[in-house]
Amino acid sequence: MSQNIPGTAKKGIHELGAETKVGWDEVTQGVVLEPFAEPVKDVAHIRPEERNYTDFSSYTATVASWRVLKPVYNSDICIDCQNCWVWCPDTSIISRDKQMLGIDYDHCKGCGVCVEVCPTNPKSLLMFDTNENLDVALSQWPEKKKKEK
Amino acid sequence: MAITSIKNLKEFSTVNERFEGAHLLCPGCAHSMIVRELMNATDDNLVISTNTGCLEVSTAVYPYTSWDTSWIHIGFENAASAISGAEAMYKARKKKGTLKDPDAPVKFVAFGGDGSSYDIGFQWLSGAIERGHDFTYIVLDNENYANTGGQRSSSTPIGAHTSTAQAGSHSYGKTQKKKDIVAIMAAHGAPYVAQLAPNKWKIMAKGFQKALDTEGACFINSVSPCTTEWKFDPKDTINVADLATDSLMFPIYEIIEGHELNILYRPKNIIKVEDYLGAQGRYKHLFKPENRHVIDRIQKDVDAKWEYLQRREEARV
Ligand SMILES: Cc1ncc(C[n+]2csc(CCOP(=O)(O)OP(=O)(O)O)c2C)c(N)n1
Ligand code: SF4
Ligand code: SF4
Ligand code: SF4
Ligand SMILES: [Mg+2]
Repeated sequence: MSQNIPGTAKKGIHELGAETKVGWDEVTQGVVLEPFAEPVKDVAHIRPEERNYTDFSSYTATVASWRVLKPVYNSDICIDCQNCWVWCPDTSIISRDKQMLGIDYDHCKGCGVCVEVCPTNPKSLLMFDTNENLDVALSQWPEKKKKEK
Repeated sequence: MAITSIKNLKEFSTVNERFEGAHLLCPGCAHSMIVRELMNATDDNLVISTNTGCLEVSTAVYPYTSWDTSWIHIGFENAASAISGAEAMYKARKKKGTLKDPDAPVKFVAFGGDGSSYDIGFQWLSGAIERGHDFTYIVLDNENYANTGGQRSSSTPIGAHTSTAQAGSHSYGKTQKKKDIVAIMAAHGAPYVAQLAPNKWKIMAKGFQKALDTEGACFINSVSPCTTEWKFDPKDTINVADLATDSLMFPIYEIIEGHELNILYRPKNIIKVEDYLGAQGRYKHLFKPENRHVIDRIQKDVDAKWEYLQRREEARV
């Protein structure tokens, strides 16, 4: 992880966790994190896979270890309604060109919201143990329920 | 302004996200749902400030940032002041001709929690709205100081258990009513004020677009169900938000120019407030016989507020 912020290498925040203690007056005030390697003008028109993220963007980090359960996606039943996309709190539903493509397991925390809001019968997303093999999970998919609720 | 198409979810989903994952908000937290919707509702450049609170501490954990926009955090209470400064500087530099890219469309947004907006940053918010900076202030209203362990705020509703208004043998939780910040902001004469909810994604996206598009200081209070402090299963965030809007605990409406009130969502079947209260651990104690009167009181207050909103809407005053 590169943490070389100009002007802070030997000062301030880095020293807070180090052996040398510095006083308030010496602490570097604030910090600027650049999520992209070069100045970007129009982020909203660049797809994530085409962006040049730096290590400072949490996009490059993972919270996969938080998960106990993981959502598994069954594309056979999905109607691409995008409910899961709009309500995922962790930007972990990958949708491109109006199609749901799958789950970003680096960023998904396994909350289960996507399963709750999926309207198909049976659901196109279901929670499994986070270590479950995807093919095994798909082979265990339930049949269509007669009447929900 | 350049707005994203929100005609339907399929079209909406073609936007390129500017709020990244691997932030450290709790699984199922509604704060990030609301932030994603705001950022996805426009493709203009965004300058965003954020008060201290769950959103800020979880999205800027050194050495990471989850924001693909200009984003600033200074202190607990001053997101409104920070964005005022940024907006004023932008205008001044535009006038002087010193902006690098003067034609690039840009919007200014501030996020705050209920603690930092209703209470501790209240005067800073009031000042920024009164000065009329061209920005949108959004409260992520989870009705408590969640980031510091769930203390009561002036947004906490009556009867809720919090770490500083505890339910027990001598108390039913908070004994005061929730502050009506929407009315207070409308009384400032702000051009656009609204109360929204993430479960009603389209109404929310429309409201955000309207606020971003309106010149002047706009204010939005959004309910933000908090799985940790409201005590419900993380998977149920949207279900709880549905109960909130359908019981009218969180009516969805806008107020234009300080007076013109429009109801934006009318539940087909209005449910009882106890269905909403019963879905959350923080209200569990209200179902004891000795506390039932609090539920009755809440229902009465909610009915009266709904009646008031409908009459205000009808009156067109
Ligand atoms: C002036 C000041 N007072 C108190 C705090 C401690 N503090 C940090 S976050 C927080 C709670 C924030 O609550 P709220 O604004 O409702 O946001 P939430 O975390 O609930 O989203 C508090 C009290 C602080 N950082 N600065
Ligand atoms: S389980 Fe939660 S975090 Fe994971 S994809 Fe579903 S909604 Fe997103
Ligand atoms: S909510 Fe279900 S049906 Fe809709 S896009 Fe997601 S997986 Fe497909
Ligand atoms: S405590 Fe509540 S508001 Fe804070 S991150 Fe967790 S769910 Fe979100
Ligand atoms: Mg709060």
